[in-house]
Amino acid sequence: MVRYIIRRVLLAVGTLLVLSVIAHLMIDTAVDPLEDLRLSTNPNKELLIANRTAMLELDKPWIIRYWHWLSGFVTGDWGEAWVSHEPVTSLLGNAISVSFSLVIVATALALVLGCTIGIVSALRQYTGFDYSITFVSFVLYSLPVFWVAVLLKQFMAIGLNDFLGNPSVNWTVVIAVSVVFGLFWMGAIGGSTKRKGIVFGTAAVVTGGTLAGIIGSGWLDAPRLSIIGVAVIGLAGAFAVTLLTAGTGNRLALFSSLTTWGIGVALYYPLMSYFNAYAMSWSMSILLLLSAIGVACLVGFLFGGPDRAVSMRGASFVAAIMGILTWVDRLLQSYPAYYNNNLVHKRPIGTIGAMTPNLQSDYWIMTIDRFTHILLPTIALVLISFASYTRYQRGAMLEVMNQDYIRTARAKGLPERVVIMRHALRNALMPLAAVIPIDLTSLVGGAVMTETIFGWSGMGRLFITSLRQHEIDPLMSYIIIVGAFAIIMALLADFLYALLDPRIRVNA
Amino acid sequence: MNTDDPLEDFPDGIRADSMIDADNANDGLVESTDPDDAQGRGDNAIAVKEVEGLSQGQIVWRRFVRHKGAMIGMSVVLLIAIFAFSAMGFGPVEGWWQYQDPLRTHSMLNNGHPTLTMPVWLGGEGFALGDHPFGQDNIGTDYFAAVMAGIKTSLVVMVVLGITVLIVGVAIGALAGYYRNKVDLWLMRLTDLIIVLPTIVIGAVLGRLLAVAPDKFGWTYETTQAIYRNMPVLLAIVLGLILWPSMARLVRGDFMTLRTREFVDSARVAGASDWRIITKHILPNAMGVIIVNLSLIMSQSVVLETALSFLGFGITAPNISLGRLISDNQGAFQTRPWLFWWPGLFIILIALCVNFIGDGLRDAFDPRGKRLPSKKEMLKASIKSSPTNTELDEAVAELIEDETDAPAGTPAETTVPGPQNATTANDARDNTQEGVEDNG
Repeated sequence: MVRYIIRRVLLAVGTLLVLSVIAHLMIDTAVDPLEDLRLSTNPNKELLIANRTAMLELDKPWIIRYWHWLSGFVTGDWGEAWVSHEPVTSLLGNAISVSFSLVIVATALALVLGCTIGIVSALRQYTGFDYSITFVSFVLYSLPVFWVAVLLKQFMAIGLNDFLGNPSVNWTVVIAVSVVFGLFWMGAIGGSTKRKGIVFGTAAVVTGGTLAGIIGSGWLDAPRLSIIGVAVIGLAGAFAVTLLTAGTGNRLALFSSLTTWGIGVALYYPLMSYFNAYAMSWSMSILLLLSAIGVACLVGFLFGGPDRAVSMRGASFVAAIMGILTWVDRLLQSYPAYYNNNLVHKRPIGTIGAMTPNLQSDYWIMTIDRFTHILLPTIALVLISFASYTRYQRGAMLEVMNQDYIRTARAKGLPERVVIMRHALRNALMPLAAVIPIDLTSLVGGAVMTETIFGWSGMGRLFITSLRQHEIDPLMSYIIIVGAFAIIMALLADFLYALLDPRIRVNA
Repeated sequence: MNTDDPLEDFPDGIRADSMIDADNANDGLVESTDPDDAQGRGDNAIAVKEVEGLSQGQIVWRRFVRHKGAMIGMSVVLLIAIFAFSAMGFGPVEGWWQYQDPLRTHSMLNNGHPTLTMPVWLGGEGFALGDHPFGQDNIGTDYFAAVMAGIKTSLVVMVVLGITVLIVGVAIGALAGYYRNKVDLWLMRLTDLIIVLPTIVIGAVLGRLLAVAPDKFGWTYETTQAIYRNMPVLLAIVLGLILWPSMARLVRGDFMTLRTREFVDSARVAGASDWRIITKHILPNAMGVIIVNLSLIMSQSVVLETALSFLGFGITAPNISLGRLISDNQGAFQTRPWLFWWPGLFIILIALCVNFIGDGLRDAFDPRGKRLPSKKEMLKASIKSSPTNTELDEAVAELIEDETDAPAGTPAETTVPGPQNATTANDARDNTQEGVEDNG
C-alpha cells in the first residue's frame, strides 16, 4: 500500500513537471507581450520594445525563461503579473478561496438535486416522469454555460430585483409553477390514477397557496420563520427522515427523532438571544451544528433498543435540520437591514463580484451578502452539472435495481422502503466516489466562464485576464494549481473507490 | 459485441423477453436454435427472430431508425445544415440569401427589429422573411446572414473536430490497446497529461496561439490571410488535438478485451499481419463505442467552440461564430434582445439534436437493449393465446389498456356486458399481469 502511494505521488510529480514544460512552451508561444507596442505610434517605440524585451527576457531562448520560472516556482517565488507588477502569490491567495467556494457550493447542490432526481427517475423507469426528466436533462446538458450566465445576469437578476422591490402576485406565474410542481410530485410519487390525482391536487394547491401567501402577505419585505415556522417545518422533517431511514413502525427511532425535534424547539429562544448577544462566525456556526448532532446521537443512544444506530442516525438528521432552520431564521431576520443598507441600494441580488465592495457589517449581513452574490453563478453551474448527475445516477440505480441481491431482498419479504434505502441506494451511490472528484475538475473549467461573466475575481477570471494581458507567470501558476488539483482528485477517486468497494484491490 | 457477459442482463431486456416467452410457449411459432442457452428458450428465440438474416450493421441501423428522439434530432440537424449552407453558400457556390456578406451594414429598418413574421395559425400575419428576418445589430448589419454564417462555422468545426478526434483517438487507443506494454504505458501517460487540464483552458491557450502566431512570427501576408480564412477548420483541428483522450481510453479498453478473443487468435494463426488484425478484425467490433463517443464529443465541441469564441480565444473577426455574436451583443440585451436569442437558440438546437442522436446510437449499439414491445403489442400477443373471438377481444383489450392503473375488476365488466366477454377480459388481464409480474 505504502509502495503504491509513493509510486502514485512520484508519478504525479513527474506528470506535473512534464505538464509545466509543455504548458510553458505553449503559453510562451501564445502570448505576445509586445503586441500593444508593435502597433503603437509612440516615437520612442524602439526603446520601449527594447526595455520590455529586457524585462521579460524575450531575447533569450525559451529554455532560459523556463528555467528561471521553474527555479523561482520551486523556491516559492511565483513571479509577478508584469502589467500590474503584482506578485502572483498575492493575486492567487484570494482567488483560490473565491473559486473553490463557488465550485464546492455548486457541486454540493447539483449532487444532492441531481442524484435525488436521478434515483426517483430510475425507480419510475418508463413513465412520463422518467421521460420528462430525461428530456429536461438533455436540454440542460446542451446549454452553453455562458449563454445561461448572460441570460441569468441580464434577465433574472434585474427581474428578481424589481420583483423584490415591489412584490405583487402574478397569477399566471403562480398557477404555472403550481401545475409544474403538482405534475412533478405526481410523477415522482406515482401510484394509481386516484392517488396521482390526489397528489397532484395537494401539491399544486400547497405550492400555489404558499407562493401566493408569501408574495401577497408582504412576507418578502421582512422574511422570517419564527418559532412556529421552525417547529412546523422541523416536525415535517422529523417525520420524513424517520419514514425514510427507519419507517414510522420503528417507535424508538420515531421517538428519538421527535425528542430531538422537541429539544430543537425548546432551544429556539435561548439560541436567538445568544445570536443577538454575541458576535457569530462560521467556525462557531459549525461548532454549534456539530454539538447539535452530538446531542441527537446521545438522544438516539439513550432510547436504546436493538438498533441504536438507526435511531441515532435519524435523530442527527433531525438535529441538523433544526439547527439549520434556526440559523436560517436568524439570517432572515437580518434581511431587512441588509436590504436597506446604502451600499445595497435595495437591489439585493448581486450580478458582479463575490460580495458588495466596502460592506462592513456583522456576520449575518455579510453571510446574506455572500448568498445573494453566489446565487446566480451557482444556478448557472448547477443547471449544467445537474443534468449529468441525473443521467449518471439514473443509470447506476437501474443497474443496481436489477441485481440478484435486490431480488433476494424482495423475495424474503422486506418492505420496498428497506430494499431501496438500504440495499439499492447505498450501492448505487458508490460509483459517485469515483465521479465527484473528476467532476470537480471539469467544474473548475466551467467556473472560468461563470467567473468571467459574473465578475468574480477567482482563479478562472485570473486565467482569462492574464491570457488577455499576455502575462505568463500567473498563467503558469494557474495551470500548475489546477493540474495538481486534478491529479490529487483523481488519486482521491481511486482511493475512495478502493475503500468503498471491497472488490477492488490496490496492488502496487 | 460482447453478449456472453452474465452481468449484461438489463431490466428492459428481461421484461420484454419474459413477456414474450409466455406468448411463444403458447404459440410454438418460433423455435429456439440453441437449446443450451442458459437464458431460456424464449429469450434466444425472440432475439434470433428479430435479427434473422441481418448483418450487425443492419441490426444497429434498424434499432437506430426506431429511436424517435434520434430521428427527430437527425432531421432537425440536417434541416439546419441545409438551410444555413444553402442560404450562405458553400465554397464557390453562392447562397440564395440576398445579403451574402454578413459584415456589410444596411440602413436601419424599423429600428432593427426582426422582419420575420409567423404564419397565421401561430398568431402572426402570415409567414414572411422580410428584408432582415432576424433583425439588425447596432450598426445595421443583417443578423440573419450573421447567424447563418455562425451556424456554418459551428457545423464545420463540429465535423472537422469529429474527424480529427476520430483519427487521433482511434489510432492512439488502438495502438495502446493492441500492443500494450511500453507503447500503452507511454501513450496513456500522454492522455493523462492532456486530461489533467480542463479543455477550455487548453483550448483558450491554443486559440490564442492561433490568433497571435502570424503577427508574432512575422509571417507573410498570404499565410496570415490563409490562416484567417480557414480559422474554423484550423481551430477545429487544434481542439480535436485536445479532445481525443476520452476516445483513446475507450478504444483502448475495447481493444484490450477484444485482442484476447478467439477470432483474433485464429486470424493471427492464419498469418494475418497486425495491421490487418487491427483494421479488419478488431476495429469493426469496436465501432459501437467509437461512434457513440464521437457523437458525444461532437455535441460537446459545439458548446466548446462557442464558449471559446465568446471569451475571444476561439474564432476571431472577420470570421463569425455564434459565441462571438452573443459576446458582441450582450450589452444590447435590454434594447435588442433578439440579438441574444437567435445565436443561443441555434447553439442549443444543434447541441441538443446531436445529443439525441448520440442517445439513439448508444441504444442501438447496446447489445442488451432489446426492443420493448408496446402495451398494445403485448396485449395482442396475450389475447392471441386465448382461444376466443378476436374482434371482441381487441375491443376489450383497448378497454383494459385504459384501465391498467385502476384496481382489478371494476369498469371493464360494466361497460362490456355479457358473461363471455367478462371472462375474456379477465383472461386477458391475467395474461398481461403475469407478464408484468415476471419483471417484479
